[in-house]
Amino acid sequence: MEISVQEAPFNLADEINRFTGRQKNMGAIVTFSGIVRNNALGDIQAMEIEYYPGMTESVLGEAANRSIERWSLGDVLIIHRYGQLCPGELIMMIATAAAHRRDAFNAADYLMDFLKSRAPFWKKECKTDRTIWVEAKSKDEVDLKRW
Amino acid sequence: MEVLYFAWVRERIGIPKETIVTQAKTVFELIEELKVRSGHYETAFSDTSALRVAVDQQLTDFDASIEEAKEIAFFPPMTGG
Repeated sequence: MEISVQEAPFNLADEINRFTGRQKNMGAIVTFSGIVRNNALGDIQAMEIEYYPGMTESVLGEAANRSIERWSLGDVLIIHRYGQLCPGELIMMIATAAAHRRDAFNAADYLMDFLKSRAPFWKKECKTDRTIWVEAKSKDEVDLKRW
Repeated sequence: MEVLYFAWVRERIGIPKETIVTQAKTVFELIEELKVRSGHYETAFSDTSALRVAVDQQLTDFDASIEEAKEIAFFPPMTGG
């Protein structure tokens, strides 16, 4: 299991290859990546991501361990960036490795639902004339209840 | 104890963290104590339904005990991913 909360960009292909290369007896790898989305007006110049050093890493580690146990995963990788990011830039990625695909898919789905509303990250949209803290969506809570 | 503020809570109060000596027994009591300090705190804590709290880095409720706590953090609902 590997958790990284970092300011620096990461190379998605390199991370997937590295994660894939270190698996033993696993048959399925699922990856999810999130990028900074612009809105319909296209007026988001940057996204600022804040986090809670210490708590963020431990909360993600606990969720990763739960997913490993529940879906018998061989490995989990979570990378999440903080700081100022531009539209189109990678914010985060998750990779899960399991013997069979369903477990890898479910674990990645769960980890994303968890990350959305339980990992202490906060996003702020920086527009030309103002900044707006992104509000949590009630759907994220509904999604988390699925698990 | 250390009290930490994140996102718009930090912006409204104006500082990321501070050391507080308090007799408050619960998170709720601490909030009541902070609210009377200034308009900044009052604005930040005006609607607790818009806030989340972590005691020693564990998400918890506003009636949680803070008597043994070393670190309390206040922040809005998380928006990761």
